[in-house]
Amino acid sequence: MSDTAAPAMPARKKRGGGRPSALRLLLNNTLATTGLLVLVLIILIALAAPFLPLPDPDVTAPADRLLRPLADGHLLGTDALGRDILSRLIWGARVSLAVGISATLIAAFFGSLIGLVAGYAGGRVDALLMRGIDMVMAFPYILLALAIVAALGPGLLNALYAIAVVNIPFFARNIRGITIGLSRREFVDAARLSGKSNARILFGEVLPNVLPIIIITMSTTIGWMILETAGLSFLGLGAQPPQADLGSMLGDGRKILFTAPHVSIIPGLMIFVLVMSINLFGDGVRDVLDPRLKSGALTRPVARTAVERARVPERQPHKDNVLDVVDLNTQFHIGSSVYRAVGGVDLHLKQGECLGIVGESGSGKSVTAMSLMGLVPTPPGRITGGAAWLEGEDLFAVSDERIRQLRGADVSHVFQDPLSTLHPLFTVGDQLTEAIMAHRPIKRSDADKRAEELLRLVRITNPTERLKVYPHELSGGMRQRICIAMALANDAKIIIADEPTTALDVTVQAQILSLLDTLRRESNAAILFITHDFGVVSAVCDRVAVMYAGRIVETGRTQDVLENPAHPYTGKLIDCVPVLGQPERRLDAIEGRPPVVDNLPAGCAFADRCPRAQADCRAGEITLSPFGEDRAVRCLHPLERGAAHA
Amino acid sequence: MPEAALLQIDNAERVFGGGRTLFGRRLPAVHAVQGISLDVKKGETLGVVGESGCGKSTLARLIVGLDRPTAGSITFDGRDLVAEARSDPQKLARRVQYVFQDPVASLNPRKTIRSILEAPLRHLLGLDKAARAARLKELMEAVNLAPEFLDRYPHEFSGGQAQRIGIARALAADPELIVLDEPVSALDVSVQAQVLNILDGLKARFGLTYVFISHDLSVVESVSDRVAVMYFGRIAEIGPAKQIFAEPRHPYTHLLLSSAPTPGKRSLIPEDANTELPDPYAPPPGCAFHARCPRGTDTCLAAHPPLEPAPGQPSHLTACYHPIEGAGHA
Repeated sequence: MSDTAAPAMPARKKRGGGRPSALRLLLNNTLATTGLLVLVLIILIALAAPFLPLPDPDVTAPADRLLRPLADGHLLGTDALGRDILSRLIWGARVSLAVGISATLIAAFFGSLIGLVAGYAGGRVDALLMRGIDMVMAFPYILLALAIVAALGPGLLNALYAIAVVNIPFFARNIRGITIGLSRREFVDAARLSGKSNARILFGEVLPNVLPIIIITMSTTIGWMILETAGLSFLGLGAQPPQADLGSMLGDGRKILFTAPHVSIIPGLMIFVLVMSINLFGDGVRDVLDPRLKSGALTRPVARTAVERARVPERQPHKDNVLDVVDLNTQFHIGSSVYRAVGGVDLHLKQGECLGIVGESGSGKSVTAMSLMGLVPTPPGRITGGAAWLEGEDLFAVSDERIRQLRGADVSHVFQDPLSTLHPLFTVGDQLTEAIMAHRPIKRSDADKRAEELLRLVRITNPTERLKVYPHELSGGMRQRICIAMALANDAKIIIADEPTTALDVTVQAQILSLLDTLRRESNAAILFITHDFGVVSAVCDRVAVMYAGRIVETGRTQDVLENPAHPYTGKLIDCVPVLGQPERRLDAIEGRPPVVDNLPAGCAFADRCPRAQADCRAGEITLSPFGEDRAVRCLHPLERGAAHA
Repeated sequence: MPEAALLQIDNAERVFGGGRTLFGRRLPAVHAVQGISLDVKKGETLGVVGESGCGKSTLARLIVGLDRPTAGSITFDGRDLVAEARSDPQKLARRVQYVFQDPVASLNPRKTIRSILEAPLRHLLGLDKAARAARLKELMEAVNLAPEFLDRYPHEFSGGQAQRIGIARALAADPELIVLDEPVSALDVSVQAQVLNILDGLKARFGLTYVFISHDLSVVESVSDRVAVMYFGRIAEIGPAKQIFAEPRHPYTHLLLSSAPTPGKRSLIPEDANTELPDPYAPPPGCAFHARCPRGTDTCLAAHPPLEPAPGQPSHLTACYHPIEGAGHA
């Protein structure tokens, strides 16, 4: 029962090697790297301005006025007062950068503080603070900035304040949204019960989780702030002559745009390059830090799992079987590691039969089911071996179009969470008729009739009314009935039910199970039933396959397996289920944890947790060998009959 | 088992929503829990069972002071728990702790296990550095985790390990009462057994009192001394676990017991029975279970049935006008 560090350590190291660090991710992004390089270059030059051999940017020389670029001694020419443009450009960039960055810092500090407090406190404080923010936002920002500068008087510092104030709402609203979500989370309650005060919770627990968002917002704001500073200076409200600033240089050049275009084009280009580099870099930072992007939610997987089969089994499918899966291998390639989620699974389903796949989380039971119709996301998943014959047709060899036809028709799915399976914005009627019309060319009115029939089939009373409701108006059990109706819509030959009752209450679960059982007898559809609960298995399944670390370790008729488990893992798994009516039964926990599937041991994967393990268990490949009628077990030292419950 | 009640809840009620808008229109209100009266004796485990939406988590939050009842009183060891939760939450947290349902969500993803576990030691007990280190070692050993885990982050742990960390945190302040809100329902069966065994061991070792909330009857049966069955915010039946499971008197308890899937048993529930809960915004008059109840009569619609003891069993209370007499469940 004790978890030592040993099994987890290698897993951690692997993970570290598998997922690249934030910096490496950033450097992988060419645009962001370019942005970073340009930005660093500009900052370095701006910082080095006092040490560079530049003429004084503010010294006028009327004799040399409006020299073209590449003139002698003035690389970029001179402006209307004969000042060196290169020198003014570098000093100006220095000022613009300083103003942009400090305005961002000020806005980020006050905005985030307001957002944090408003989001965490909620109620009146939130209403008060956010209405204040709304008032600031109600003014067009440039008008507000102008008003602030008008009140404080023109000057660079006042422009800085104005821009900071104008941008506070942007931060406050962003951060408040995140904070509201975070402060309702359980870890905040936990911290409160640990005796932490509100201030400690806010700055010690919530702030670290908000920080990445603050940084993302800052990185995307700096460029904007520099533009705004330039805007104010252009209008003569920012930097005052003779001080150089990119905006005021642009403003000075405006009047002579046609006679001496370089005076305005050069600072304009500089603003463009500077803001562009900051934005590219900022986007890169956002991509790396944003948790949604990190989880891969925005990497678009292709419509069907990639099939790269190293070997295709010789054996032909059995005639009686609706589904015949041979030596299925599915892997996930993440970074440099390869996770063998499914490592050679054989299974078959006859018409109207219900096969239960049982296993702990991470045993590969869902991936097995998802592989059949190519629903494993690629990247990172791919099918690397085996075949799945649906009535003699190899599902891994057929065209994408054929798979599309089969999905939801011959093979349909019922998933765990009906609320996330159903679309929230369409009525259940719309979704049912859509499922029907996607597969057969019938009229809308006929589809409606069929939808009604389906609802009656899943025992939903007054179906005509129920077709018009939205998923959120139904209870969990009702929603799952709708999903089952959808799965039956096109006379499915196989229904893949992935933990369909795990999210439901016991009374509802019992009903859904009996419903599934009745329906498969009526419609003669085979069910592949995935669950972690042996109680549920015995309620509906004819046969059961127990999975461990990506392989089937035991299979047989449900009753046989339950009464006389042969694999020690099956025995243990049954023993650790508390049974109603036997409160005195000591729960027999399985020691340790399942192995990580990127680092499977040689021989039996269960050997480390098995009380019966011997030296030969770790020696080499163990086959799934026949064990009595309709029964097979992957074990060298199986339990004897009746020994399991001793 | 000493007889004094450690926790006493008297007629507690929690209403969400309600009040009026600016223009005086009534806002809808939901009675999450109402008329709950129960007591927990020192050293016992009270199991609370019910389906989702029955108010069991609200009850749990009331007991640990994360939420306050809108009516009724809660006393802990003779003192008013509600007042204490407002005036001195730390004092309450030293004696009553909570284990959350979702083990991973209850750990701050940006904190190491050490800093998570140190928080109660520092803020509740005010221990110095050396004492904290010693206590941390003790805690990790109590929940069977290697001390090396202290410097890792929550995402590196499996559900079962994370829940053990959650238990260690609840234990840290050395409380008397721990409220366990569905502590094993997010876990695999094999891991569930590990955690239940650990909880069992800790209770014996530290003389703890548990309020164990779960929707899983078999789990509740295996851990509880007494059981309260909740339906729609009220207690339907409460009594010694053995009696409730052997001779359920409330038809709802009977339904729950016959619905639970058990290895080797086929379900007996007809697939078209009504499983819908009443609308919480428009609760039906009388007994809320009436619409689903095979024994319901017009009496049940008139008023909500009071909790009354079974004949000859003063500790076994049922809120039903037509309780099932003397029949074991099928």
